Amino acid sequence: MFRTALRNVFAHKARLLMTVLAVMLGVAFVSGTLVFTNTISEAYQKSSAKGFDQVDVAVEPETQEDKGDTVGKTAELTQSLLDESARVPGAASAIGVVNGFTAIADKDGKLIGGGFQSQGGNYWGTKDARYPLVSGQVPSGAGEVLIDSKTAKRAGYEVGDTVRLSVDGPVLDPKITGIFTTDDGNVAAGGSLALFDTATAQRLFGKTGTYDQIDVRAKAGVSQAALKAELDKALPKDTVETTTGQELADSQAEMISSSMSGLKQGLLVFAGIALFVGTFIIANTFTMLVAQRTKELALLRAVGASRRQVTRSVLIEAFVVGVVAAVTGLAAGIGIGAGLRSLMGSLGATVPDGPLIITPGTVGAALAVGVLVTMLAAWLPGRRAAKIPPVAAMSSLYAAATTKSLVLRNTLGALFSGAGIAVVLAATTMSGSDGQAPMGLGAVLLIIGVFILTPLLSRPLIAAAAPVLRVFGVSGKLARQNSVRNPRRTAATASALMIGLTLITGMTVMAGSLQKSIDKMAASAIKADYVVSMANGNELSPDVEKKLGRIDDVTATSPLRNAPSRIDGETEYLTGVTGSTIGELTDLKIDSGAFKVGGTQVVVDDKTATSHGWKAGSGFTVSYEDGKKQKLTVTGVYEGNEMIQGIILDNATLSPHQSDPADMQVMVKTSDGTSGATKDQLEKALGSNPAIKVQDKKDLSDEIAQMFTLMLNMLYGLLAMAVLVAVLGVINTLAMSVFERSQEIGMLRAIGLDRRGIKRMVRLESLVICLFGGVLGIGLGVFFGWAAGELLGSSLATYELVLPWARMAVFLLLAATVGVLAALWPARRAGRLNMLAAIKSE
Amino acid sequence: MTTASIAGRATAVAARATDLSKIYGQGETQVVALDRVSVDFRQAEFTAIMGPSGSGKSTLMHCVAGLDTFSSGSVRIGETELGSLKDKQLTKLRRDKIGFIFQAFNLLPTLTALENITLPMDIAGRKPDKQWLDSVIAMVGLADRLGHRPSQLSGGQQQRVAVARALASRPDIIFGDEPTGNLDSRSGAEVLGFLRNSVRELGQTVVMVTHDPVAAAYADRVVFLADGRIVDEVYGPTAESVLDRMKQFDAKGRTS
Repeated sequence: MFRTALRNVFAHKARLLMTVLAVMLGVAFVSGTLVFTNTISEAYQKSSAKGFDQVDVAVEPETQEDKGDTVGKTAELTQSLLDESARVPGAASAIGVVNGFTAIADKDGKLIGGGFQSQGGNYWGTKDARYPLVSGQVPSGAGEVLIDSKTAKRAGYEVGDTVRLSVDGPVLDPKITGIFTTDDGNVAAGGSLALFDTATAQRLFGKTGTYDQIDVRAKAGVSQAALKAELDKALPKDTVETTTGQELADSQAEMISSSMSGLKQGLLVFAGIALFVGTFIIANTFTMLVAQRTKELALLRAVGASRRQVTRSVLIEAFVVGVVAAVTGLAAGIGIGAGLRSLMGSLGATVPDGPLIITPGTVGAALAVGVLVTMLAAWLPGRRAAKIPPVAAMSSLYAAATTKSLVLRNTLGALFSGAGIAVVLAATTMSGSDGQAPMGLGAVLLIIGVFILTPLLSRPLIAAAAPVLRVFGVSGKLARQNSVRNPRRTAATASALMIGLTLITGMTVMAGSLQKSIDKMAASAIKADYVVSMANGNELSPDVEKKLGRIDDVTATSPLRNAPSRIDGETEYLTGVTGSTIGELTDLKIDSGAFKVGGTQVVVDDKTATSHGWKAGSGFTVSYEDGKKQKLTVTGVYEGNEMIQGIILDNATLSPHQSDPADMQVMVKTSDGTSGATKDQLEKALGSNPAIKVQDKKDLSDEIAQMFTLMLNMLYGLLAMAVLVAVLGVINTLAMSVFERSQEIGMLRAIGLDRRGIKRMVRLESLVICLFGGVLGIGLGVFFGWAAGELLGSSLATYELVLPWARMAVFLLLAATVGVLAALWPARRAGRLNMLAAIKSE
Repeated sequence: MTTASIAGRATAVAARATDLSKIYGQGETQVVALDRVSVDFRQAEFTAIMGPSGSGKSTLMHCVAGLDTFSSGSVRIGETELGSLKDKQLTKLRRDKIGFIFQAFNLLPTLTALENITLPMDIAGRKPDKQWLDSVIAMVGLADRLGHRPSQLSGGQQQRVAVARALASRPDIIFGDEPTGNLDSRSGAEVLGFLRNSVRELGQTVVMVTHDPVAAAYADRVVFLADGRIVDEVYGPTAESVLDRMKQFDAKGRTS
């Protein structure tokens, strides 16, 4: 029996290829996803796993909670705390760590690493165990710096070169005194690291005399826990927190895996869908294999093979196909995983470097999926095969079992769809994150429901295409009727496309709508020509605004400054602006009162006003960071948006209470409006600083758009996969149909339908099936896009549904193309059918 | 060994094969299916082609009907020489000039009886001649079954649809390949009756391959084939005379 099964596998090469391809694609998708996510999460893990082997216990400052009228403060790790730490009996040594943002420019003045983890730090003393020097010597003062060997190599820097750096705005041009290596994962992942001597680092990062962290090493024989206990006793509890190196490593690992889980789940959902669709294709293929072999299998039964043996022979065939496909699919999947990463990289996403990770889990999953799914998908047709009566071998008229009624299926489908729609609609009325889970559940229910209902839906939807098909005469008419002949098969085929297009359309609708709302926001709220900010979202030195203000063409500037405060026992963030110019730079809609900012006069957004019960003219008392209190008056209430919200007050009022004023961004208005020359002028005035972004409104919305574009591009890549699977499915179905109808095709040829007519008939059938899937998918996608938008809209004032008609037309065209392409081979086969043989093959 | 004689018969010829040969394979494995066959099928005549299995009777019909290619010789349908036609022209010829009735009923299951009947004209993009169509449908007695699909019809009814389809486009000649092979004797008799009526009353030309002497008896003429050659023909056959002639083949087959 095994030999028979094997012979069968190899007897029909084209058929074999198609089956293997179908399974292979499913496996490739799953394993590609796993490889990709493992690789990325491993790389992220490494990038944040900073050499904990140098740390036995880390001492970090305690942050107080905001209480009453006081804004919680972060304690400072002073030199004396460092000295105390080093003095505990179990400590071998203690070093102070200072961190900050440090952008390094390459020789062309461009930022290295695209702002991704551009870090700076301190080199401790004369020999820092964390950073072994490769060449050169320890830096001293602001004019000297060390850079890591990877960055040096990438940018071609050597000891003695001058390098352009920026910490918080102003440009520095220190000399490289040395190059070091580090096990810092951030560097391994593509980030850069610049080291100054400790005093310089403290000054540059605005932490004069203090440290971000104190790393204590234990003496030989002292455990981490013992050292921690000693330190806890020695150091004041309310200012510091101690953590062992092990704990740090553990909590970090946990944080990373949870931050990766979203992406991983998203990709696995795709893989699951691919597999789901793949299963149908495999089942379809085996149904076809069995159909083609009815006589052969019946003959086996007639000469004495038991039912079980027939089933087993089909299953063995499936097993062989599954193994071959799983192995090739795994290989393809590894390729996909690697390709996906470089694709993301080339699209501008920051993806950490690292080796390709192929875990035994991935291999196991790929093989299990390939083999088990194939065998499972083959089991049903296999059982059907066993039921073929031996007499079928003799009889020419044996017809496959009549299709079961669709009543149960339709009822079930209607229940699922109804529940899905109800849940999704209910979710749209909820707010933001509350609605997410029900929305997801509803979406899944609805997709399953529609999936079950597709056979029912195929008739009316395809009938709707009749007027168009009539143009093609008999071929069109026959194509339409053929496509609804086996609704289950048509449905399974169309579903592959449907699911892919549902996801992609939904995402496109959402992204398009979000984009529109962001454009509107950027356009409506800001009158400034440029917004200047730090590449990594850090704060700018107040120097930046001063420099910008000195440019001749600049007519108005205002920084946006953020400061926490306590009002009525709650934490509120204050936005500090230049009161005299803010009116020229923003265009906020005033709901009531007047827009007057200066002295104790402030404006507040509608949400804050409502939550505190303020109106124009209300007064309130604010407690600043430094604990001082002040009475402020609300002059007006404006409509807040994502860019500008909260309480706006004059910097002259706010800054005296801030220990270290820094700007989130600076808005600039120029006499020339936006132009390339003006932008150049601004950039030059800031020292052509790699770390500072000068953006006009278009740049701003483009930047946000980039995020969506990246996400969409990734999805489109995955869609390509789904389309490939769908093409295979359509080819399969058509080949099966052509085979089953060869007698009819022969007859049609005999009574006068030419080859072109036959080919057109097959092509049109394919087109109809694909467009059916496309229309369903796009329809569902629009529904989901709308529903998700309703959910988002509750937290995004300017949200507005935008239907991307052009994109949708492209998707439909894509579905049509899939139909035409997939029909090429089956149509050719049908056209070439020998009509005499076809008529006789009863 | 006689070649079909046309002497004394003045009626026009609907289809003619001259020195028609069909050879499969080459050298050692060469099989001669038709060996220089010459035969005429006259208009308004019902011809049956008979012969033992492997005699080439089906091959002869397929070649004359433009369903199969031949090795040498010539075939004419009316004034058209088939040997020089490309597939596309052959298809057009079959569509416009020839009607077919096959053994397996060969209807499209998705079409209704009426749609099946008008299928050749649909393919050609022609409107059927309403009056003619009605008379054909009336003749085969399907008037109340036109909206049914083949699966809702009995075997006999299905074959009557096939007969109506062949007649509906008024072809120059109708070819039947064992049209009663899958029918019980009563349904078979009905179908043969229709074919004979179409010849007698409508002046249709019909050529039918059969191995059933009873079916052959409906024809005006029976042509006997053996080993790829025409060996005899009988005019005005009866079931008995055909059976007797067939028995000679059997005897010959056993002795040779």
